Amino acid sequence: MRTFLRILCGCALLIHSPSPQAGDRLLGTPGASALEGGAGGGMVPWAVLAGYGTAEQIGGSAFASRVHVQDYRLDSVGAAMTFHNRLELSVTRQSLDLGSLGQAIGQPGARLRQDIIGGKLRLLGDLIYTPWPQLSLGVQYKQQRDFAIPSSVGAVRASDVDIYLAASKLWLTGPFDRSLLVNLTARATRANQLGLLGFGGDQRDRHRLVFEGSAALLLTRELAAGVEYRQKPNNLGFAREDDWRDVFLAWFPNKHLTAVVAYTWLGSIAGFADQHGPYVSLQLSY
Amino acid sequence: MPRLLLIVLLMLLGACTHRPADSLYRDLDELYGITALVDELLDQLVEEQRIVARFADTDIGRFRRQLIDQFCELSGGPCRYTGESMRVVHAGHGIDEAEFNALVETLIAAMNARDIPLGVQNRLLARLAPMQADIVGR
Repeated sequence: MRTFLRILCGCALLIHSPSPQAGDRLLGTPGASALEGGAGGGMVPWAVLAGYGTAEQIGGSAFASRVHVQDYRLDSVGAAMTFHNRLELSVTRQSLDLGSLGQAIGQPGARLRQDIIGGKLRLLGDLIYTPWPQLSLGVQYKQQRDFAIPSSVGAVRASDVDIYLAASKLWLTGPFDRSLLVNLTARATRANQLGLLGFGGDQRDRHRLVFEGSAALLLTRELAAGVEYRQKPNNLGFAREDDWRDVFLAWFPNKHLTAVVAYTWLGSIAGFADQHGPYVSLQLSY
Repeated sequence: MPRLLLIVLLMLLGACTHRPADSLYRDLDELYGITALVDELLDQLVEEQRIVARFADTDIGRFRRQLIDQFCELSGGPCRYTGESMRVVHAGHGIDEAEFNALVETLIAAMNARDIPLGVQNRLLARLAPMQADIVGR
């Protein structure tokens, strides 16, 4: 919690201090930060790359986000750099506060941490200017750092790699002549709850292809409203894992700041059913 | 109740019907509005440090007339753009993405200054966007 607050305060200070000139991609086009780092919606990585740099520039972003459901709290912090709107590199740390589950297993205050190193390569296309979508290929190397609990419930490995292909397209004249962004992502993964509960399990220890999607309507140039959906694998016998959904509002007051508020429905997590609650995220970018 | 449903359906269909070919031209307030928009754009371009140097050798009077013709024709108005194609005009200038986006941002600022509604702005931008491939990196 203290770390989270410190980062938020740091963000606030940065906003009011002189910052480097932002890049020249158009406002809002890098989206927000995904939970696992890099540009995306809240829970889905998009084909767009972090920061505002064009093909001639370097861009970047840093973010902090929190999801708070009945029995858990997930904090994510991370940073990303994008080189020439071609390659995005990101590092992210996640920490899942086990809350009720920690009490139940006699470890109050227990948490599960995970580090993620991501790379995303734009293969072709431009979100706005090409008739075809922007297409990017991404990898996420994930290292679970507190493997004792995942291991005890059947997880097979503490680190693994997700691979995904994302397609993003923005139509300037969507419904009501507002810009509509649609993103579809196909991911090969064997992560249990993003990897916070390790990778593979007693039920299945092979990668599975899952689909993720986002749609957002830009109500104004600074405000977008959208929905997201994310399929999840189901590798652990001890508890079912459900698909995730959210609705969000994203605010882009300028190229240096993005704020997202959302409401998430995460289904059953490690035996606690029907987890849902708010999500907030702040991002700095240039 | 079925009648109410029918009315609602008809209204929805009405919202989907095709607009007349010159509806954007009319929503831009025809030649008067387009001329004012182009003048506002030129005023703002002078202040735009990222790209103003690109126009150092431009015949501004001619550029203004061609831009008005182009916006007018693109929006379905009765004008004809008679200049060279976008690809030919920009060939050899090596205009990059950052410069093109700076022009887009200046146009958006000019449209905001003219109080052009967001939906009308998006319809004009949508007709200009395909030109990016003919302008950038040539």
